[in-house]
Amino acid sequence: MTRLLMRLLGRMPIGWLQLVSNKLRFASAVAGVSFACILVFVQLGMMGAFSEATRVSYSALNADIMISSSDANSLTEGSHVARRRMYQALAVAGVVEAQPLFIGRVTWLQEDGSKIEFTTIGIDPSRPSFIGPAIGDINSLKLANNVLLDSRARGMKPDMLSEATREHPLWIEAHGQQIAIVGTVSLGGGFSGDGYMVVSDQTFMRLFPSRFSGAPNHILLKVAPGENPRLVAERIRKELSTTSLKVRSFSDAIEEDIKYQTTRRPTGLIFGFGVAIGTIVGFVIVYQILSTDVADHLREYATFKAMGYSQRFFQSIVMEQAVILAVTGFIPALVFALGIYQVMAKATSLPIEMSPGRAILVLVGTIGSCALSGIFAMRKLATADPADLF
Amino acid sequence: MKESAPTDPIVVKGLNHWFGTGQTRIQSLFDIHLHIARGKLTVLMGPSGSGKTTLLTLMGCLRNVETGSVQLLGHQLRGASNDTLTVLRRRLGFIFQAHNLHSSLTALQNVRMGLEVHGARDHSEYDRASAHILSQLGLGERLNYLPQKLSGGQKQRVAVARALVGNPEIVFADEPTAALDRESGLKTVLMLKRLGELRGTTTVMVTHDNKILELADRILRLEDGRIVSDE
Repeated sequence: MTRLLMRLLGRMPIGWLQLVSNKLRFASAVAGVSFACILVFVQLGMMGAFSEATRVSYSALNADIMISSSDANSLTEGSHVARRRMYQALAVAGVVEAQPLFIGRVTWLQEDGSKIEFTTIGIDPSRPSFIGPAIGDINSLKLANNVLLDSRARGMKPDMLSEATREHPLWIEAHGQQIAIVGTVSLGGGFSGDGYMVVSDQTFMRLFPSRFSGAPNHILLKVAPGENPRLVAERIRKELSTTSLKVRSFSDAIEEDIKYQTTRRPTGLIFGFGVAIGTIVGFVIVYQILSTDVADHLREYATFKAMGYSQRFFQSIVMEQAVILAVTGFIPALVFALGIYQVMAKATSLPIEMSPGRAILVLVGTIGSCALSGIFAMRKLATADPADLF
Repeated sequence: MKESAPTDPIVVKGLNHWFGTGQTRIQSLFDIHLHIARGKLTVLMGPSGSGKTTLLTLMGCLRNVETGSVQLLGHQLRGASNDTLTVLRRRLGFIFQAHNLHSSLTALQNVRMGLEVHGARDHSEYDRASAHILSQLGLGERLNYLPQKLSGGQKQRVAVARALVGNPEIVFADEPTAALDRESGLKTVLMLKRLGELRGTTTVMVTHDNKILELADRILRLEDGRIVSDE
């Protein structure tokens, strides 16, 4: 390792030699950095799950523009929209198709007494162009009380839905109705429900008798090929001329929802703070390690300074140590985090996955905070005369 | 005071130095004037607290010159930038009383540091040169020993090797023989003296060791921050 580093650095790897000369301290330093990395990974995992779970909910749909109530911060929240707005929007140049979207919540009380809450999506099955790739064939929903149920829903027993087909539906009771599970979707749990149920708009009205077909939650629109959804949305805004509605491109609606979930909802904020605290903890740990190491070697550094080594040389030693600590701390943290993610995903049915981007982000962040704390630790050496340090 | 030659590597004029600030400020050097000739072994003697080490560290760019003038190898140290001081230090060799070896580096690696300061070169060439000088100082069998595995005298010899391996123009030595036995001490000083004769290396040495005096070309005695004799 020493020879390899010597080749890489073009000089004696003093930082590495200093670190390994006290193996116990090095091991505890690596453990400290790993701990901070794991903390950040877990918080980022939860933050990522917020974003991913939100994105997944939209993957059930396929639209170019979404009209929502002005207080609808997410797919499941907000007031209803008058269906006549759909007809007004259809009259705008560039809009070719429209579809009301109904969202509700169905609780399924299972035989063992446990409950599963389904975010229920009600949509017209005769317009399959509005169905997202995550749903597939919805012809079977044309029959009343037929539903597609989320096989990855939190609390769902494994293989319970494996035999539910159109020919052999699985009958259950939910919301006071007998419903037939004729197929499955695979979306998984979110923060607003344990899973998803997809039904026709007609079945939706049976499940929610208090809802009115003239007041969907959102209106989905398709634009003509070649039209820019944002420009068409702008035209619709002008046409509707009201502040009680939000007219956004579908992709903008998704991004706004994610932003709302991660930056304005209390749970999102808590995980955001968790990331910040993990970073601060990591910074403090590495600063302590590096500043102690610099203090322990101050006399030796002063000797090097007296020999003609520049401040850049000392910074490179601390940077070398920072990178070594960051990398050696990061690798076990990544392995632990992968295990933790698996456990968390299984326990919560949330889409908690390690993306290469997140791993690189944490590695770069770890190296950055290690380097910054190293530079702080070197301040005394930069200003002092060598003779004052002996 | 001796006459100065145009090539004198060290020229000190009107040098004063203080430690501390405010009411605790104490003057340690008073109006020092000094010329040190090239290739000579100059010894600074005097009781503890007389200012020997302070003068040595001021001449060796280890401390800021506050008043007066110190010309080192043609460069004025007073007001010199950090970059100038750093480059000048590479032309010097220091032997410290406490040897100040790096505890995580072997004897060979410590000596190599005296070469690496001049820039990246062939690593094996550095190792060969470092091993050669350590062998000359009787440490050929201890190349890969860490400082904690070496005796005080061996550590001091490693420090001497580190100071000399880069062929410095001036060697500043603070009690270099304090940790050495008589024979090793004399051998070290003779080596410095020979370097002066062969390469023109100037040596300025602080010592209490009377054995060395007969080898010195010049002896300066300091008392209470003043040069009281120049032989």
